[in-house]
Amino acid sequence: MTPSAQDLLVVEALAKRFTLHLHGGADLPVVANVDFRVGRGECVVLGGPSGAGKSSILKIVYGNYGCDAGRILLADGGRVLDIAGAHPHEVILARRRTMGYVSQFLRVIPRVSSLDIVAAAARDAGLGAAEAKARAAALLQRLNLPERLWSLPPATFSGGEQQRVNIARGFAGEHALLILDEPTASLDAGNREAVIALIGERRAQGAGFLAIFHDDDVRARLADRIVDVSRFAPREAA
Amino acid sequence: MSAPLLVARGLGKRFGAVTACRDIGFELEEGEALAIVGESGSGKTTLLHMIAGLMTPDSGEVRYRLRDGAMRDLATLSEAERRALMRTDWGFVHQDAARGLRMNVSAGGNIGERLMALGDRHYGRIRQSAAQWLERVEIPIGRLDDSPATYSGGMRQRLQIARNLVTAPRLVFMDEPTGGLDVSVQARLLDLIRTLISEMGLAVVLVTHDLSVARLLSNRILVMKQGEVIESGLTDRVLDDPRAPYTQLLVSSVLAA
Repeated sequence: MTPSAQDLLVVEALAKRFTLHLHGGADLPVVANVDFRVGRGECVVLGGPSGAGKSSILKIVYGNYGCDAGRILLADGGRVLDIAGAHPHEVILARRRTMGYVSQFLRVIPRVSSLDIVAAAARDAGLGAAEAKARAAALLQRLNLPERLWSLPPATFSGGEQQRVNIARGFAGEHALLILDEPTASLDAGNREAVIALIGERRAQGAGFLAIFHDDDVRARLADRIVDVSRFAPREAA
Repeated sequence: MSAPLLVARGLGKRFGAVTACRDIGFELEEGEALAIVGESGSGKTTLLHMIAGLMTPDSGEVRYRLRDGAMRDLATLSEAERRALMRTDWGFVHQDAARGLRMNVSAGGNIGERLMALGDRHYGRIRQSAAQWLERVEIPIGRLDDSPATYSGGMRQRLQIARNLVTAPRLVFMDEPTGGLDVSVQARLLDLIRTLISEMGLAVVLVTHDLSVARLLSNRILVMKQGEVIESGLTDRVLDDPRAPYTQLLVSSVLAA
Protein backbone atom coordinates (compact mmCIF):
# COMPACT_ATOMS: atom_id res chain seq x y z
CA MET A 1 0.00 0.00 0.00
CA THR A 2 1.43 3.37 -0.95
CA PRO A 3 0.10 6.69 0.26
CA SER A 4 -2.11 8.57 -2.18
CA ALA A 5 -1.92 12.32 -2.56
CA GLN A 6 -4.81 12.63 -0.11
CA ASP A 7 -3.08 10.69 2.66
CA LEU A 8 -1.23 12.43 5.44
CA LEU A 9 -0.46 9.26 7.31
CA VAL A 10 -0.54 5.58 6.42
CA VAL A 11 0.13 3.07 9.18
CA GLU A 12 0.53 -0.53 8.12
CA ALA A 13 1.27 -3.83 9.87
CA LEU A 14 2.53 -2.00 12.92
CA ALA A 15 3.44 -4.07 15.97
CA LYS A 16 4.73 -3.08 19.38
CA ARG A 17 5.76 -5.04 22.43
CA PHE A 18 7.62 -4.15 25.59
CA THR A 19 10.36 -6.41 26.90
CA LEU A 20 10.97 -5.70 30.57
CA HIS A 21 14.54 -6.76 31.17
CA LEU A 22 14.45 -5.85 34.84
CA HIS A 23 11.51 -8.17 35.36
CA GLY A 24 12.91 -11.42 34.06
CA GLY A 25 12.52 -10.32 30.45
CA ALA A 26 8.72 -10.23 30.80
CA ASP A 27 7.18 -9.79 27.38
CA LEU A 28 4.20 -7.44 27.04
CA PRO A 29 2.65 -7.42 23.59
CA VAL A 30 0.84 -4.12 23.09
CA VAL A 31 -0.60 -4.13 19.55
CA ALA A 32 -0.07 -6.04 16.30
CA ASN A 33 -1.14 -5.59 12.67
CA VAL A 34 -2.19 -2.00 13.16
CA ASP A 35 -3.53 -0.58 9.90
CA PHE A 36 -5.21 2.76 9.32
CA ARG A 37 -4.82 5.99 7.41
CA VAL A 38 -5.47 9.66 8.01
CA GLY A 39 -6.33 11.88 5.06
CA ARG A 40 -6.07 15.64 4.69
CA GLY A 41 -8.79 17.42 6.61
CA GLU A 42 -9.84 14.19 8.27
CA CYS A 43 -10.31 13.41 11.95
CA VAL A 44 -9.60 9.77 12.79
CA VAL A 45 -10.36 8.73 16.35
CA LEU A 46 -8.90 5.69 18.06
CA GLY A 47 -11.50 3.83 20.10
CA GLY A 48 -11.52 0.79 22.32
CA PRO A 49 -11.27 0.00 26.00
CA SER A 50 -8.64 1.37 28.35
CA GLY A 51 -5.41 -0.58 28.02
CA ALA A 52 -6.03 -1.55 24.39
CA GLY A 53 -2.99 0.46 23.28
CA LYS A 54 -4.56 3.69 21.99
CA SER A 55 -2.04 6.05 23.61
CA SER A 56 0.82 3.73 22.65
CA ILE A 57 -0.18 3.95 18.99
CA LEU A 58 -0.15 7.77 19.17
CA LYS A 59 3.30 7.69 20.76
CA ILE A 60 4.63 5.30 18.13
CA VAL A 61 3.35 7.50 15.30
CA TYR A 62 5.08 10.51 16.90
CA GLY A 63 8.31 8.52 17.29
CA ASN A 64 8.14 8.71 21.07
CA TYR A 65 7.90 4.91 21.30
CA GLY A 66 9.77 2.60 19.00
CA CYS A 67 8.00 -0.23 17.18
CA ASP A 68 8.95 -3.77 16.30
CA ALA A 69 7.35 -4.15 12.88
CA GLY A 70 5.46 -2.20 10.27
CA ARG A 71 5.61 1.16 8.57
CA ILE A 72 4.45 4.65 9.53
CA LEU A 73 4.39 6.67 6.34
CA LEU A 74 4.08 10.40 6.88
CA ALA A 75 3.61 12.89 4.04
CA ASP A 76 6.38 15.26 5.12
CA GLY A 77 6.50 18.20 2.74
CA GLY A 78 7.12 16.81 -0.72
CA ARG A 79 8.28 13.38 0.39
CA VAL A 80 7.14 10.37 2.36
CA LEU A 81 9.01 9.63 5.58
CA ASP A 82 8.76 6.26 7.32
CA ILE A 83 8.85 7.23 10.99
CA ALA A 84 9.47 3.58 11.93
CA GLY A 85 12.90 3.54 10.31
CA ALA A 86 13.80 7.22 10.10
CA HIS A 87 17.00 8.70 11.48
CA PRO A 88 16.32 10.70 14.67
CA HIS A 89 17.29 13.89 12.89
CA GLU A 90 14.59 13.30 10.26
CA VAL A 91 12.00 12.73 12.99
CA ILE A 92 13.03 15.95 14.73
CA LEU A 93 12.55 17.88 11.47
CA ALA A 94 9.20 16.19 10.80
CA ARG A 95 8.04 17.15 14.31
CA ARG A 96 9.05 20.73 13.71
CA ARG A 97 7.27 21.17 10.41
CA THR A 98 4.71 18.39 9.87
CA MET A 99 3.37 16.64 12.94
CA GLY A 100 2.42 18.01 16.32
CA TYR A 101 1.45 16.15 19.47
CA VAL A 102 -0.64 17.18 22.44
CA SER A 103 0.10 14.82 25.29
CA GLN A 104 -2.38 13.93 27.99
CA PHE A 105 -0.43 15.91 30.55
CA LEU A 106 1.79 18.93 30.11
CA ARG A 107 5.43 18.20 30.76
CA VAL A 108 6.54 21.29 32.58
CA ILE A 109 9.68 23.17 31.72
CA PRO A 110 10.91 24.91 34.87
CA ARG A 111 10.80 28.71 34.97
CA VAL A 112 9.41 29.26 31.49
CA SER A 113 6.24 31.35 31.29
CA SER A 114 3.08 29.95 29.71
CA LEU A 115 3.18 32.54 26.94
CA ASP A 116 6.80 31.69 26.13
CA ILE A 117 6.07 27.96 26.07
CA VAL A 118 3.39 28.50 23.45
CA ALA A 119 5.40 31.11 21.53
CA ALA A 120 8.39 28.75 21.34
CA ALA A 121 6.25 26.25 19.42
CA ALA A 122 5.23 28.98 16.98
CA ARG A 123 8.87 29.97 16.53
CA ASP A 124 9.74 26.33 15.77
CA ALA A 125 7.24 26.60 12.93
CA GLY A 126 9.25 29.50 11.54
CA LEU A 127 7.44 32.58 12.87
CA GLY A 128 9.38 35.63 13.97
CA ALA A 129 9.54 36.52 17.68
CA ALA A 130 6.81 39.17 17.67
CA GLU A 131 4.48 37.19 15.42
CA ALA A 132 4.98 34.07 17.56
CA LYS A 133 4.08 35.98 20.72
CA ALA A 134 1.00 37.42 19.11
CA ARG A 135 -0.17 34.01 17.96
CA ALA A 136 0.51 32.53 21.42
CA ALA A 137 -1.50 35.31 23.06
CA ALA A 138 -4.40 34.81 20.64
CA LEU A 139 -4.50 31.07 21.37
CA LEU A 140 -4.37 31.50 25.15
CA GLN A 141 -7.13 34.07 24.82
CA ARG A 142 -9.31 31.73 22.81
CA LEU A 143 -8.76 28.98 25.35
CA ASN A 144 -9.81 31.37 28.13
CA LEU A 145 -6.59 31.25 30.11
CA PRO A 146 -6.74 34.34 32.35
CA GLU A 147 -4.20 36.89 31.15
CA ARG A 148 -2.67 37.25 34.62
CA LEU A 149 -1.40 33.67 34.27
CA TRP A 150 0.38 34.17 30.96
CA SER A 151 3.62 35.39 32.49
CA LEU A 152 3.73 32.52 35.00
CA PRO A 153 5.17 29.03 34.53
CA PRO A 154 2.31 26.51 34.45
CA ALA A 155 3.79 24.28 37.19
CA THR A 156 1.33 25.51 39.80
CA PHE A 157 -1.72 25.74 37.50
CA SER A 158 -4.77 23.50 37.82
CA GLY A 159 -5.02 20.44 35.57
CA GLY A 160 -7.41 22.19 33.21
CA GLU A 161 -5.25 25.31 32.97
CA GLN A 162 -2.15 23.24 32.27
CA GLN A 163 -4.02 21.33 29.61
CA ARG A 164 -5.05 24.54 27.88
CA VAL A 165 -1.41 25.70 27.77
CA ASN A 166 -0.61 22.28 26.32
CA ILE A 167 -3.30 22.58 23.65
CA ALA A 168 -2.27 26.14 22.77
CA ARG A 169 1.28 24.90 22.32
CA GLY A 170 0.07 22.07 20.07
CA PHE A 171 -1.90 24.47 17.87
CA ALA A 172 0.75 27.22 17.76
CA GLY A 173 2.60 25.62 14.86
CA GLU A 174 1.27 24.93 11.40
CA HIS A 175 1.40 21.16 11.45
CA ALA A 176 -0.39 19.19 8.74
CA LEU A 177 -1.03 16.35 11.20
CA LEU A 178 -1.99 16.83 14.83
CA ILE A 179 -1.96 13.95 17.28
CA LEU A 180 -4.17 14.55 20.32
CA ASP A 181 -4.29 12.34 23.41
CA GLU A 182 -7.52 13.14 25.27
CA PRO A 183 -7.11 16.90 24.89
CA THR A 184 -10.51 17.73 26.38
CA ALA A 185 -10.44 15.32 29.33
CA SER A 186 -9.92 17.91 32.07
CA LEU A 187 -11.80 20.80 30.46
CA ASP A 188 -15.17 22.30 31.31
CA ALA A 189 -17.90 22.59 28.69
CA GLY A 190 -16.95 26.09 27.54
CA ASN A 191 -13.33 25.24 26.96
CA ARG A 192 -14.26 21.97 25.31
CA GLU A 193 -16.24 24.00 22.76
CA ALA A 194 -13.21 26.25 22.20
CA VAL A 195 -11.06 23.20 21.42
CA ILE A 196 -13.70 21.73 19.11
CA ALA A 197 -13.85 25.04 17.23
CA LEU A 198 -10.03 25.14 16.89
CA ILE A 199 -9.99 21.62 15.51
CA GLY A 200 -12.74 22.49 13.04
CA GLU A 201 -10.81 25.50 11.73
CA ARG A 202 -7.64 23.53 11.23
CA ARG A 203 -9.49 20.78 9.42
CA ALA A 204 -11.05 23.33 7.09
CA GLN A 205 -7.47 24.39 6.27
CA GLY A 206 -6.59 20.78 5.41
CA ALA A 207 -4.94 19.57 8.61
CA GLY A 208 -5.56 15.96 9.61
CA PHE A 209 -6.15 14.74 13.16
CA LEU A 210 -5.38 11.47 14.86
CA ALA A 211 -6.99 11.59 18.28
CA ILE A 212 -8.28 9.89 21.38
CA PHE A 213 -11.38 11.47 22.91
CA HIS A 214 -12.62 10.30 26.23
CA ASP A 215 -15.91 12.12 25.82
CA ASP A 216 -18.60 10.40 23.66
CA ASP A 217 -20.18 13.68 22.66
CA VAL A 218 -16.88 15.19 21.46
CA ARG A 219 -16.09 11.97 19.61
CA ALA A 220 -19.45 11.88 17.87
CA ARG A 221 -19.11 15.48 16.77
CA LEU A 222 -15.54 15.30 15.46
CA ALA A 223 -14.80 11.79 14.23
CA ASP A 224 -14.92 11.04 10.51
CA ARG A 225 -13.97 7.50 11.38
CA ILE A 226 -13.44 5.55 14.55
CA VAL A 227 -10.72 2.93 14.43
CA ASP A 228 -11.40 0.25 17.02
CA VAL A 229 -8.02 -0.56 18.51
CA SER A 230 -9.20 -3.83 20.04
CA ARG A 231 -8.96 -5.21 16.47
CA PHE A 232 -5.20 -4.89 16.86
CA ALA A 233 -4.95 -6.95 20.04
CA PRO A 234 -1.88 -9.14 19.72
CA ARG A 235 -2.52 -12.87 19.95
CA GLU A 236 -0.91 -14.17 23.11
CA ALA A 237 2.23 -16.13 22.40
CA ALA A 238 1.49 -19.85 22.65
CA MET B 1 19.90 16.33 4.27
CA SER B 2 22.89 18.70 4.33
CA ALA B 3 26.34 17.45 5.29
CA PRO B 4 26.79 16.78 9.00
CA LEU B 5 28.78 19.22 11.10
CA LEU B 6 30.83 16.55 12.83
CA VAL B 7 31.42 12.89 12.09
CA ALA B 8 33.08 10.46 14.50
CA ARG B 9 34.10 7.02 13.23
CA GLY B 10 35.50 4.00 15.06
CA LEU B 11 36.78 5.97 18.04
CA GLY B 12 38.71 3.90 20.56
CA LYS B 13 40.83 4.68 23.60
CA ARG B 14 42.60 2.47 26.14
CA PHE B 15 44.22 3.37 29.42
CA GLY B 16 46.55 0.45 30.17
CA ALA B 17 44.37 -2.62 30.46
CA VAL B 18 41.16 -0.60 30.62
CA THR B 19 39.19 0.10 27.45
CA ALA B 20 37.65 3.52 27.97
CA CYS B 21 35.95 3.72 24.55
CA ARG B 22 35.46 1.07 21.90
CA ASP B 23 34.50 1.64 18.26
CA ILE B 24 32.22 4.65 18.72
CA GLY B 25 30.73 6.44 15.75
CA PHE B 26 28.02 9.05 15.25
CA GLU B 27 27.14 12.11 13.23
CA LEU B 28 26.10 15.51 14.52
CA GLU B 29 23.99 17.89 12.45
CA GLU B 30 24.17 21.64 12.66
CA GLY B 31 21.92 22.91 15.46
CA GLU B 32 21.50 19.46 16.98
CA ALA B 33 21.96 18.79 20.69
CA LEU B 34 23.36 15.35 21.49
CA ALA B 35 23.57 14.05 25.05
CA ILE B 36 26.03 11.34 26.06
CA VAL B 37 24.73 9.66 29.20
CA GLY B 38 26.03 6.88 31.40
CA GLU B 39 27.38 6.29 34.88
CA SER B 40 30.84 7.20 36.15
CA GLY B 41 33.46 5.17 34.33
CA SER B 42 31.27 4.51 31.29
CA GLY B 43 33.72 6.40 29.06
CA LYS B 44 31.52 9.38 28.32
CA THR B 45 34.05 12.02 29.37
CA THR B 46 36.83 10.26 27.44
CA LEU B 47 34.60 10.30 24.37
CA LEU B 48 33.87 14.01 24.84
CA HIS B 49 37.56 14.82 25.17
CA MET B 50 38.38 12.90 21.98
CA ILE B 51 35.68 14.66 19.98
CA ALA B 52 36.68 18.04 21.34
CA GLY B 53 40.30 17.53 20.37
CA LEU B 54 41.52 17.47 23.98
CA MET B 55 42.68 13.84 23.77
CA THR B 56 44.10 11.82 20.88
CA PRO B 57 42.16 8.64 20.11
CA ASP B 58 44.05 5.33 19.74
CA SER B 59 41.90 4.50 16.75
CA GLY B 60 39.27 6.13 14.60
CA GLU B 61 38.80 9.70 13.47
CA VAL B 62 36.80 12.85 14.07
CA ARG B 63 35.96 15.02 11.09
CA TYR B 64 34.53 18.52 11.34
CA ARG B 65 33.05 20.84 8.75
CA LEU B 66 34.93 24.14 9.01
CA ARG B 67 33.24 27.47 8.32
CA ASP B 68 34.58 27.44 4.76
CA GLY B 69 32.67 24.17 4.20
CA ALA B 70 35.73 21.89 4.10
CA MET B 71 35.33 18.61 6.01
CA ARG B 72 38.60 18.11 7.89
CA ASP B 73 40.04 15.30 9.98
CA LEU B 74 40.98 16.91 13.32
CA ALA B 75 44.21 14.92 13.40
CA THR B 76 45.41 16.64 10.22
CA LEU B 77 44.83 20.21 11.42
CA SER B 78 47.91 22.28 12.14
CA GLU B 79 48.35 23.50 15.69
CA ALA B 80 47.35 27.03 14.60
CA GLU B 81 44.23 25.77 12.83
CA ARG B 82 43.26 23.70 15.83
CA ARG B 83 43.69 26.59 18.23
CA ALA B 84 41.70 28.90 15.98
CA LEU B 85 38.89 26.37 15.81
CA MET B 86 38.78 25.97 19.59
CA ARG B 87 38.81 29.71 20.19
CA THR B 88 36.19 30.70 17.67
CA ASP B 89 33.92 28.03 16.23
CA TRP B 90 33.91 25.79 19.31
CA GLY B 91 33.21 26.30 22.98
CA PHE B 92 33.86 24.06 25.94
CA VAL B 93 31.88 24.42 29.16
CA HIS B 94 33.53 22.56 32.04
CA GLN B 95 31.71 21.28 35.09
CA ASP B 96 34.16 23.18 37.26
CA ALA B 97 33.90 26.76 36.00
CA ALA B 98 37.33 27.54 37.46
CA ARG B 99 38.84 25.28 34.79
CA GLY B 100 37.22 27.25 32.01
CA LEU B 101 37.83 30.72 33.44
CA ARG B 102 40.83 32.82 34.35
CA MET B 103 40.21 33.40 38.02
CA ASN B 104 42.71 36.27 38.31
CA VAL B 105 41.19 38.25 35.44
CA SER B 106 37.99 40.35 35.63
CA ALA B 107 34.70 38.97 34.29
CA GLY B 108 34.90 41.44 31.41
CA GLY B 109 38.44 40.28 30.65
CA ASN B 110 37.29 36.67 30.66
CA ILE B 111 34.66 37.41 28.04
CA GLY B 112 36.88 39.73 26.02
CA GLU B 113 39.77 37.29 25.77
CA ARG B 114 38.31 35.29 22.92
CA LEU B 115 37.47 38.45 20.99
CA MET B 116 41.07 39.64 21.39
CA ALA B 117 42.25 36.24 20.18
CA LEU B 118 40.25 36.93 17.05
CA GLY B 119 42.23 40.12 16.56
CA ASP B 120 39.85 42.68 18.03
CA ARG B 121 41.91 45.43 19.71
CA HIS B 122 39.21 48.03 20.23
CA TYR B 123 38.92 48.26 24.01
CA GLY B 124 35.56 50.07 24.03
CA ARG B 125 33.96 47.60 21.68
CA ILE B 126 35.27 44.58 23.57
CA ARG B 127 34.02 46.04 26.83
CA GLN B 128 30.65 46.71 25.30
CA SER B 129 30.20 43.16 24.06
CA ALA B 130 31.37 41.82 27.42
CA ALA B 131 28.69 43.93 29.09
CA GLN B 132 26.05 42.72 26.66
CA TRP B 133 26.96 39.13 27.32
CA LEU B 134 26.88 39.60 31.10
CA GLU B 135 23.35 40.86 30.70
CA ARG B 136 22.41 37.98 28.43
CA VAL B 137 23.56 35.43 31.03
CA GLU B 138 21.77 37.36 33.78
CA ILE B 139 24.78 38.69 35.69
CA PRO B 140 24.41 42.25 37.07
CA ILE B 141 26.39 44.66 34.92
CA GLY B 142 27.95 46.10 38.08
CA ARG B 143 30.01 42.91 38.42
CA LEU B 144 31.82 43.44 35.09
CA ASP B 145 35.13 44.41 36.69
CA ASP B 146 35.01 41.88 39.52
CA SER B 147 37.06 38.72 39.44
CA PRO B 148 35.08 35.50 39.06
CA ALA B 149 36.71 34.40 42.32
CA THR B 150 34.13 36.66 44.02
CA TYR B 151 31.23 35.04 42.11
CA SER B 152 28.86 32.32 43.33
CA GLY B 153 28.99 28.91 41.64
CA GLY B 154 25.97 29.60 39.45
CA MET B 155 27.32 32.99 38.36
CA ARG B 156 30.70 31.50 37.50
CA GLN B 157 29.00 28.91 35.33
CA ARG B 158 27.02 31.60 33.54
CA LEU B 159 30.21 33.62 33.04
CA GLN B 160 31.92 30.57 31.58
CA ILE B 161 29.04 30.21 29.13
CA ALA B 162 29.28 33.88 28.13
CA ARG B 163 33.03 33.55 27.60
CA ASN B 164 32.43 30.62 25.26
CA LEU B 165 29.55 32.08 23.29
CA VAL B 166 30.90 35.57 22.65
CA THR B 167 32.51 34.45 19.37
CA ALA B 168 29.22 32.88 18.14
CA PRO B 169 30.57 29.32 17.91
CA ARG B 170 28.63 26.68 15.98
CA LEU B 171 29.46 23.83 18.35
CA VAL B 172 29.70 23.79 22.14
CA PHE B 173 30.87 20.88 24.26
CA MET B 174 29.49 20.67 27.78
CA ASP B 175 30.72 18.42 30.57
CA GLU B 176 28.10 18.18 33.35
CA PRO B 177 27.34 21.91 33.06
CA THR B 178 24.99 21.92 36.04
CA GLY B 179 26.85 19.36 38.14
CA GLY B 180 27.72 20.42 41.67
CA LEU B 181 25.28 23.36 41.71
CA ASP B 182 22.31 23.79 44.03
CA VAL B 183 19.07 22.53 42.50
CA SER B 184 17.49 26.00 42.46
CA VAL B 185 20.52 27.33 40.59
CA GLN B 186 20.47 24.35 38.20
CA ALA B 187 16.93 25.03 36.94
CA ARG B 188 17.77 28.63 36.10
CA LEU B 189 20.99 27.66 34.38
CA LEU B 190 19.31 24.90 32.36
CA ASP B 191 16.68 27.32 31.18
CA LEU B 192 19.40 29.79 30.15
CA ILE B 193 21.34 27.12 28.26
CA ARG B 194 18.18 25.88 26.56
CA THR B 195 17.28 29.39 25.41
CA LEU B 196 20.78 30.12 24.12
CA ILE B 197 20.92 26.82 22.20
CA SER B 198 17.69 27.60 20.40
CA GLU B 199 18.35 31.32 19.83
CA MET B 200 21.86 30.78 18.48
CA GLY B 201 21.12 27.52 16.66
CA LEU B 202 24.03 25.89 18.48
CA ALA B 203 25.07 22.31 18.02
CA VAL B 204 25.87 20.78 21.40
CA VAL B 205 27.57 17.66 22.65
CA LEU B 206 26.61 17.34 26.29
CA VAL B 207 27.95 14.82 28.79
CA THR B 208 25.74 14.22 31.79
CA HIS B 209 24.75 11.48 34.18
CA ASP B 210 21.50 13.34 34.89
CA LEU B 211 18.72 12.09 32.61
CA SER B 212 16.49 15.07 33.31
CA VAL B 213 19.25 17.38 32.07
CA ALA B 214 19.52 15.26 28.92
CA ARG B 215 15.76 15.43 28.43
CA LEU B 216 15.65 19.18 28.79
CA LEU B 217 18.63 20.05 26.62
CA SER B 218 19.07 17.36 23.96
CA ASN B 219 17.23 16.02 20.91
CA ARG B 220 19.28 12.87 20.69
CA ILE B 221 21.00 10.59 23.16
CA LEU B 222 23.84 8.06 23.26
CA VAL B 223 23.78 5.70 26.23
CA MET B 224 27.25 4.44 27.22
CA LYS B 225 28.24 1.48 29.31
CA GLN B 226 31.75 0.15 29.77
CA GLY B 227 33.13 2.14 26.87
CA GLU B 228 30.48 1.24 24.33
CA VAL B 229 27.33 2.90 23.04
CA ILE B 230 24.62 0.42 23.95
CA GLU B 231 21.60 2.42 22.80
CA SER B 232 20.96 5.60 20.87
CA GLY B 233 18.06 7.49 19.39
CA LEU B 234 15.69 10.40 19.92
CA THR B 235 15.98 11.60 23.49
CA ASP B 236 12.32 11.15 24.35
CA ARG B 237 12.22 7.72 22.66
CA VAL B 238 15.23 6.45 24.62
CA LEU B 239 13.90 7.81 27.92
CA ASP B 240 10.24 6.80 27.46
CA ASP B 241 10.75 3.49 25.65
CA PRO B 242 14.23 2.30 26.64
CA ARG B 243 15.13 -0.97 24.96
CA ALA B 244 18.52 -2.10 26.26
CA PRO B 245 18.50 -3.70 29.72
CA TYR B 246 21.01 -1.16 31.02
CA THR B 247 19.00 1.81 29.71
CA GLN B 248 15.89 0.39 31.36
CA LEU B 249 17.85 0.19 34.60
CA LEU B 250 19.07 3.80 34.30
CA VAL B 251 15.64 5.17 33.48
CA SER B 252 13.81 3.18 36.15
CA SER B 253 16.32 4.22 38.81
CA VAL B 254 15.45 7.91 38.55
CA LEU B 255 13.28 9.18 41.37
CA ALA B 256 10.38 11.19 40.07
CA ALA B 257 10.02 14.40 42.09
